[in-house]
Amino acid sequence: MAYSDKVIDHYENPRNVGTLDKADEAVGTGLVGAPACGDVMRLQIRVNDDGIIEDARFKTFGCGSAIASSSLATEWIKGRHIDEAATLKNSQIAEELNLPPVKIHCSVLAEDAVKSAIEDYRKKQAVRRALAGEGASRADLAGEEASV
Amino acid sequence: MAVQLPIFMDNHSTTRVDPRVLEAMLPYFTDDFGNAASRTHAFGWKAEAAIEASRETIARFIGAESGREIVFTSGATEADNLAIKGIAEYYGAKGKHLVTSAIEHKAVLDSCKRLEKDGFSVTYLPVGKDGLVEPAAVEQAIRRDTILVSVMLANNEVGTVQSLEEIGKITRAKGVLFHTDAVQGIGKTPFDVRKMNVDLASLTAHKIYGPKGIGALYVRRSRPRVRLVAQMDGGGHERGNRSGTLNVPGAVGFAKALELYEREGAAENERILGLRQRLYDKLTGRLEKVELNGDWERRLPGNLNVSFSFVEGEAMMMAIKDVAVSSGSACTSASLEPSYVLRAMGLDEDLAHSSIRFGIGRFNTEEEVDYVAELVAAEVERLRAMSPLYEMYQEGIDLKSIQWSAH
Ligand SMILES: Cc1ncc(COP(=O)(O)O)c(C=O)c1O
Ligand code: FES
Repeated sequence: MAYSDKVIDHYENPRNVGTLDKADEAVGTGLVGAPACGDVMRLQIRVNDDGIIEDARFKTFGCGSAIASSSLATEWIKGRHIDEAATLKNSQIAEELNLPPVKIHCSVLAEDAVKSAIEDYRKKQAVRRALAGEGASRADLAGEEASV
Repeated sequence: MAVQLPIFMDNHSTTRVDPRVLEAMLPYFTDDFGNAASRTHAFGWKAEAAIEASRETIARFIGAESGREIVFTSGATEADNLAIKGIAEYYGAKGKHLVTSAIEHKAVLDSCKRLEKDGFSVTYLPVGKDGLVEPAAVEQAIRRDTILVSVMLANNEVGTVQSLEEIGKITRAKGVLFHTDAVQGIGKTPFDVRKMNVDLASLTAHKIYGPKGIGALYVRRSRPRVRLVAQMDGGGHERGNRSGTLNVPGAVGFAKALELYEREGAAENERILGLRQRLYDKLTGRLEKVELNGDWERRLPGNLNVSFSFVEGEAMMMAIKDVAVSSGSACTSASLEPSYVLRAMGLDEDLAHSSIRFGIGRFNTEEEVDYVAELVAAEVERLRAMSPLYEMYQEGIDLKSIQWSAH
């Protein structure tokens, strides 16, 4: 299989490899795929109070296209609002990396990983708000919601 | 000595033609280009003489009684097809059951599948984690209507060498024909059709430093006399067993390749075994969680099939792109299924995805082995640093305890 230059570039110089503290309230973690299928992606985001993704990190067990897809995905979502990041489509990744048909599922996995990380972050925030809501004033809650 | 890149360490897929083989072949492309079937002139006689001499060499090498038991084919795929379909067609009235193993080459498995569509039934024997077929399982699988047992000499992925001598005793005692795909083992591990009671054997030249496009089927002519129905119709060459103008340079090269094994095989296998040990020691000395696939002792000298846990095989091959190896990973196949051989051995699927097959051969050097070991170890470390599974392993998380989102 011949790889596109962009896949090779991301594979050889992956952007944003690493781990964020998954216990941190501001961090959302997405873990998708399965070892038995030959691909597992973990993508993490750190979101600030304005809903902007300040940092994104990944680790991937998978082929070169899977590694490149996750690397590219982290690059794209960094600095974006989570609502915008959630609209990322696998087809954009596949197109940018010039993935052949058999490798499309690697980009699907990257899309899933982004969505799953955002979902995890949102869940954490909902829990936090619920917990905060018990003791805090309505004004605090409203203020927080406005910023999300 | 600096190594030359790229390095070829995939000698199960094919091999470089030995220069001495090429030299022996050359005259048969130029001055001696005759058709071995031409009975009326010297060009034909010369070609025929070369063919007959080649047949004798091949027969001698495998312990056959005579060159007349050698049927030239285009390779082992054709030999496997001819053996299985040819036997089924000839003996089909006697019985419609065949026994083979789950780790055979596709040329055998898909020939069997074809027969199943035509009303035959086939037993696919399982193998253990060691990649070996239990001879006792062969015995149990044989029924009254069994006409053929086909078990390979050595496996092309994990290099495991089967107990043909024991299986041959069983088939002979039960009066069932015994075919073996001997492609990977010939020259590299003992093989003798008489000692092993083999009735049909598929061979190919390009795995033993000979040319591509020439192979042979050994067909026993006495005790018992084996019959088959030709699968290629035409001019009636090869005693009617396989029509088609003979590939004279190919046959000459095939025989020459075996002559080289007769002279140098023992020393060469010893040297290659040393290189294999060196590669394994270096890799396991530096890396943890390197899992050997298949039995260590009963294995071809040049084969090393290992899984680098937590690293996917295709990513690995991309990382070492100047070294030609192969992987059982699904990502390398169009089907997205990992190797059926490794799965038949009961390997966890994630380990099948992480497998790399090194095939060390005649032209590999110690320097190359050192270079490959160094490069592979460094890249496994790099990819593990990127692997969520490795991180979980280091944190002591049992990967099997996690609910993965299957897709
Ligand atoms: C075990 C085995 N059988 C059969 C074949 C097919 O041989 P050929 O390439 O000569 O058709 C191969 C090699 O691809 C093989 O490894
Ligand atoms: S992870 Fe298997 S093809 Fe990409």
